[in-house]
Amino acid sequence: MKLAVLGAGAVGRSVVELAGEYGHTVTAVADSGTAAVDPDGLDAAAVVDRKEREGVVGDAAPEDALAAEYDALVEATPTTLDDAQPGFGHVRAALERDRHVVLANKGPVAERYGDLRALKRESAGDVLFEATVGGAIPVLSTIADFGPSKVTAARGVLNGTANFVLSRMAAEGLDYEHVLAEAQDLGVAEADPAFDVNGTDAALKCVILANVLSDDDVEYSLDDAAVEGITDVPGSALDLAAEDGRTVRLIGEASADGVRVGPRLVPANGTLAVTGTRNIVQLETEHAGRLNVSGRGAGGPETATAVLADVGRLDG
Amino acid sequence: MTDEAEASADGGRRGDGDDHVAGVRSYTVRLELVDEPGELLRALQPIADNGGNLLSIFHERGNLTPRGHIPVEVDLECTPDRFDDVVAALRDAGVNVIQAGAEQYSEEMTVLLAGHLIDTDLSDTLNRIEECAGASVADISLSSPEGTADASSARLRLAVESGRVDDVLAGIRAVAEDKELRVIEPLTGGGETA
Repeated sequence: MKLAVLGAGAVGRSVVELAGEYGHTVTAVADSGTAAVDPDGLDAAAVVDRKEREGVVGDAAPEDALAAEYDALVEATPTTLDDAQPGFGHVRAALERDRHVVLANKGPVAERYGDLRALKRESAGDVLFEATVGGAIPVLSTIADFGPSKVTAARGVLNGTANFVLSRMAAEGLDYEHVLAEAQDLGVAEADPAFDVNGTDAALKCVILANVLSDDDVEYSLDDAAVEGITDVPGSALDLAAEDGRTVRLIGEASADGVRVGPRLVPANGTLAVTGTRNIVQLETEHAGRLNVSGRGAGGPETATAVLADVGRLDG
Repeated sequence: MTDEAEASADGGRRGDGDDHVAGVRSYTVRLELVDEPGELLRALQPIADNGGNLLSIFHERGNLTPRGHIPVEVDLECTPDRFDDVVAALRDAGVNVIQAGAEQYSEEMTVLLAGHLIDTDLSDTLNRIEECAGASVADISLSSPEGTADASSARLRLAVESGRVDDVLAGIRAVAEDKELRVIEPLTGGGETA
């Protein structure tokens, strides 16, 4: 397939680098201010190299990438809330041209699911967004295989930064500020970790899950989620939990009835007590009991594999 | 509520009264009373008012509960439908019913509280949690690494009546919100709450 990749961050760049290995051609790449377009296929290494050296992907404008020749648009610009722009506009442009869309950007699916579904209904193109929930973990495709109506609930650890901080606090008996600083030094936490530690990122993923599970019955957005973060979980609380064979994890829960994210007590050696940046999703199914899927929930190449798996589904 | 005779905490079982008038059974109710004059009488009144026949009262004055209350065990007879009225009347009268007949605290739940627990009157917090229908604080561990004037954490082990977990959690959330405390709840949907 021919791909236009919007967004040249870690995920977008990894999609550009790996597309050839998956048998696809990248015909356009754009970052926030520039673009590179070639209907015969771009040289991935050259584009990525120029982005890293000069901070631009090419000499064209981003709208040239949107208007380029492609079968599927990969939307990998940073997640934005509320109107989910500019990502939503990119998706709209592709669907109105009857092209497919593959999202890594959570905004349009979490904040404007109804609008997105309406655009899809009018388009010959399809919309897939496996990469928006749990990075490399095949969560949405698993739900699709079972059928959304056969999955009663999803819950799990969906933010690696928060999980790293909580598991380090518990293991080392250190305070939140100390561990967060360490995580920033290691590159696990961003300079501004608010999105992760306030629970927003996990909540967006759970909102997407709830939208999928409710199967167009109810539309959820971030405003509908009950969200608590980990910033005021004291080390002493983790110590008390540990004395009792438990620990605290930032758990997100999603069902057709709504979304809740917050620190929760779980058994210290239980399935959900994953350590470090690992993510896990637990699905409750109607006929097959509980299913656990875990793996890397973030990272450029990891998330790009989910994007390219979606591209493969569209191609099939 | 089953028709089974209740098992009391010491494992003793009472017969379900084959030799009684049809439909009348014997029940044990455990209460916790504040150590003040007139409390026992006040607690027994709703039993008589609702057709319960008192058999025995075991009043352990020397054995206070962790919260300084006096445990009282009352044996009574009545019909099963009357018994429900008795328990409801006791609770309406503000009597702390710890166990009523076969109504065992069959679920255990652990929650963490964090914040200014001491400054916001911990014993009042615990009292209010116990006032949520169907919860009894079985155990509490407190950790105040920064001293009692600062934020501390507490681990509460609660005995909860079967099926009342959500109600009790809602009650705890309300108390915590009132006192600006942080509640870390167990994950009850995960089926790993043991």
